[in-house]
Amino acid sequence: MIPAAFEYARAGSVDEAISLLSEHGEDAKVLAGGHSLLPLMKLRLATPSALIDVGRLQELSYVRDAGDRIAIGALTRHRDLQVSDELARSAPIVSHVAGLVGDPQVRHRGTIGGSVAHGDPASDLPAVVLALDGELVIRGPAGERVVPASEFFHGFLETAIGPDELLVEIRLRKTQGGWSYQKFNRRAQDWATVGVAVARTDGTPAVALVNMGATPLRAAAVESALAAGASPAEAAESAAEGADPSSDIQASAEFRRHLARVLVRRGLEEAGV
Amino acid sequence: MSILGNRVLRKEDPKFLTVGGSYVDDLPLEGAVHVVYARSTMAHARIGGVDKSEAEAAPGVLAVYTAADIDLAPIPNGAPFGNPAMTRPWLADGVVRYVGEPVAAVVAQTRAQAVDAAEMVIVDYDPLPAVVDPEAALRDETLLFPEAGTNLVMTFPDALAGIMLPAEAADQDEGIFDDCEVVVARRIVNQRVAPCPLEVRAGAASWTEGRLTQWATTQAPHGVRDTLAQSLGVDPTAVRVVSPDVGGGFGAKIGAYPEELFLAWISRALGRPTRWVETRSESMTNLGHGRAQVQDVRIGGTRDGRILAYRLDVIQDSGAYPAIGAFLPMFTRTMLTGVYDVPKVYFKARSVATNTTPTVAYRGAGRPEATAAIERAIDLFAAEIGMDPADVRRRNLVGKDRFPFTTPTGTVYDVGDYERALDLVLEAADYKSLRKEQARRRQSGDASQLGIGLSVYVEITNGLPGSEFGSVQVRPDGKVTVRTGTSPHGQGHVTSWAMLVSEQLGVAVDDIEVVHGDTDVVPRGVGTYGSRSLQTGGVAVNQAAGQVVEKARQLAADLLEASPDDVVLDKAGGRFHVAGTPAVGRTWSELAQAAGEGGLSAETDFTAPGPTFPFGAHVVVAEVDTETGRVRISRVVAVDDAGRILNPLLAEGQIHGGIAQGVAQALMEEVVYDEDGNPVTSNLADYEFVSAAELPAFETIHMETPTPLNELGAKGIGESGTIGSTPAVQNAVVDALAHLGVRHVPMPATPERVWRAIAESRAGGNS
Ligand SMILES: Cc1cc2nc3c(=O)[nH]c(=O)nc-3n(C[C@H](O)[C@H](O)[C@H](O)COP(=O)(O)OP(=O)(O)OC[C@H]3O[C@@H](n4cnc5c(N)ncnc54)[C@H](O)[C@@H]3O)c2cc1C
Repeated sequence: MIPAAFEYARAGSVDEAISLLSEHGEDAKVLAGGHSLLPLMKLRLATPSALIDVGRLQELSYVRDAGDRIAIGALTRHRDLQVSDELARSAPIVSHVAGLVGDPQVRHRGTIGGSVAHGDPASDLPAVVLALDGELVIRGPAGERVVPASEFFHGFLETAIGPDELLVEIRLRKTQGGWSYQKFNRRAQDWATVGVAVARTDGTPAVALVNMGATPLRAAAVESALAAGASPAEAAESAAEGADPSSDIQASAEFRRHLARVLVRRGLEEAGV
Repeated sequence: MSILGNRVLRKEDPKFLTVGGSYVDDLPLEGAVHVVYARSTMAHARIGGVDKSEAEAAPGVLAVYTAADIDLAPIPNGAPFGNPAMTRPWLADGVVRYVGEPVAAVVAQTRAQAVDAAEMVIVDYDPLPAVVDPEAALRDETLLFPEAGTNLVMTFPDALAGIMLPAEAADQDEGIFDDCEVVVARRIVNQRVAPCPLEVRAGAASWTEGRLTQWATTQAPHGVRDTLAQSLGVDPTAVRVVSPDVGGGFGAKIGAYPEELFLAWISRALGRPTRWVETRSESMTNLGHGRAQVQDVRIGGTRDGRILAYRLDVIQDSGAYPAIGAFLPMFTRTMLTGVYDVPKVYFKARSVATNTTPTVAYRGAGRPEATAAIERAIDLFAAEIGMDPADVRRRNLVGKDRFPFTTPTGTVYDVGDYERALDLVLEAADYKSLRKEQARRRQSGDASQLGIGLSVYVEITNGLPGSEFGSVQVRPDGKVTVRTGTSPHGQGHVTSWAMLVSEQLGVAVDDIEVVHGDTDVVPRGVGTYGSRSLQTGGVAVNQAAGQVVEKARQLAADLLEASPDDVVLDKAGGRFHVAGTPAVGRTWSELAQAAGEGGLSAETDFTAPGPTFPFGAHVVVAEVDTETGRVRISRVVAVDDAGRILNPLLAEGQIHGGIAQGVAQALMEEVVYDEDGNPVTSNLADYEFVSAAELPAFETIHMETPTPLNELGAKGIGESGTIGSTPAVQNAVVDALAHLGVRHVPMPATPERVWRAIAESRAGGNS
């Protein structure tokens, strides 16, 4: 469990991080909480030439009311999301889900930015970001751009973030009324075999799926069935439509599809849809 | 008041809870170089060649060894009486037989350098077909050892008839079910699991003036010493084995592994101390695995619940290089009929080599497999005749007036009261109310259904013959040193042995030091496995303590000019005096000083007259989500009778850990290979190692039936929890779904398997 050799640089500011990334080139990687990246490096499944450590950029750790949205700094730790008063008021599903990530050690190190930037469809928070119509604020040498969550996740461990760019902020819509997060896993510390996020931001329920394909997904068929007046149970029947889950040691694709239907129904019911 | 039977806190814990333990990898070892093994990435392949030139040239590298460099004889088949053609090379020699098998040893100044260089060892593999499934291996289409001509390692009972078993041990098969009104048969997989001690394997070796010191994380230091001496061709007196703190073993650390033994050879070759520690992923593919039996069970009897015949046919997966795992069906046979009085039985087992990690002893080692089979069979039989499984069990238990009881396979149970264990557990669980709640849930059609699982078990502890060493020495300062041949790795012997000595000498537990795990300090020893320690090593220490008291009494009598018969030991004061005149006496310290050189001491080697048979009964309550297949265990109620209990705190610790591992096998854990023999569960993210969050608080019920076989009345407690809980959990899962027509759910009962069992039964399949 010893990673391959790499260079290491600690960034003192966002600007420095971006120039360090340009300097070290394509094979450099941002290091945030390290709880996704370091395990891969220890198994030598990832062998970055350099790590640009942004872990101490306090300026990127915050949860702020930004009018109709809520702005979260990319370096905000899961634990800080879990206990945020701001989130308790305006998007409690985020706190709740952050509290379901891994174990206390993971939650005290891992960041929302790392979780989103990693692009793992089995992660919990990306699906919530998708359900809350997130906007991802990305900064690079050429300045800042904002990418909607619907265009952010490109594939398995692939996102819209370029090699010389840093995710700096995540902007989410505030929720209204009932919501639900259904995390199905075998052990408390495990990733979701399948997960379902249900939230309402503008009256109509948004439904997002965890681990049902190469990226987190919106259950579009469920949402449109509901819009057309279907009951939760009826709408949930189409939960796996358009999804392409994998088969692995946790579950077969077939079982994942089944779980998605059950969990979407339960999620809709719990959210009071 | 006696200290025995009290919840004395562990003497070991302050260190572990403050500064931490000192494990092999924590040892400072001046000038040591690091060994890392380059391992096979193929399950079965011929090695065309190994190019080690790049690795040899890498920074810090001192040497890279392959099979061609080694002058040691291959390691004999580790399964007693196993096929002698199945030997193990130190490093893969011409062919690799499982993923993870060591191919080359890389030695470097730092561990990181060795890890980097190990990646540069280029092995040219010429793939051979891999055989992963033990049933397929029996067809001998692909041979692991062509020179053996078969993959069959050994058969039972034939291979042992006339050796460990009577010549006529070949059990009768013909017609044993002829008198049965009902016969049920089922194939049961007792899946392969990984022992997962928190401390992985590690070792270090250093030679000084022709003498080897080897540090080992082991359950049996003296055994490791002898194995080292034998493999290196030196006298055992030239080898010292030290095992410092050991972070768990569960049977998988009884012997020494090639990677450890080889450290001594490298150290001798290079003239430098060597050290090695494996990663968790290496551990998951090289520390031996457990269980791995495919069982065909058949049970028959009358419609009113009397069992008349039982047949078990086992295929034991021994992995690539047969080790003790291949021999364990012996114990499955020993415990074949469990707590039941079954008139006619048949047992057969075949151990077979496959392209997988070798199997070894794992918590229970052959006995849990026997219990799981018959406890599942009883439930199948009960379901078939429509009788409550508790009633079927009660009808067939061996009565308490029948001990010593000889089973149809010739095992002699010492003492037991199985019906009382069953009564106690049913009462504590409130079985009747549970059944009512179950009926209510079934009626309501709730997605969450209740399952109630039972098991009644008996197991064998100290099952292999052997003595154990113990000594007690009173030092001139009046404090005591105890030496033991047992090798605790979590069990708490330091506390228990001190309690035994304190009881006899009247010296405080804090003033008694217990020494173990160093072959230079403890002259002889067998070690800690098979739940043997208290009933062998504990008794030895107890007897040595008694002898020291007698020596001291004699000496005190001389000094007090009295007859020894008149001298009494005042345990509260820790001194000897003449009965009736307590004012004049001699303390332990005074006596030890008077005794001269070495103080007062005694040593014993105790050999138990036979094994003992702990027993118990478990009730498990499972909540099964019939929509998602998820199982949540809400209660585990356990009666575990291990004879007289020395320290209930320690006994409960063993029961708790045992139950946790037992539940884990039933619900979560399974070592999985793909069809090419690649392991897919080689880390603790993919391998569903249980945590406290998945378990309820256990309800343990007290029951003590002392064994007549030793003066402490003690049986073993280390493995019982595992043996009793696994089938109770599996039975609970099936029971929750019984009304849906489900008769069996394979282990581990994962959500998907539960969901499939329900779906199959709805489609008319699972019966
Ligand atoms: C035992 C364990 C259990 C876990 N369980 C769960 C779970 O149940 N659910 C779950 O969702 N997650 C789980 N995780 C993952 C955890 O949430 C991670 O912390 C998180 O996914 C990544 O955050 P990080 O800050 O640690 O990122 P890092 O590991 O530091 O980085 C991850 C990736 O994102 C990139 N990156 C990080 N920050 C930025 C940024 N600001 N801009 C651009 N790129 C960036 C890195 O370069 C890297 O490629 C678990 C992890 C562990 C070790």
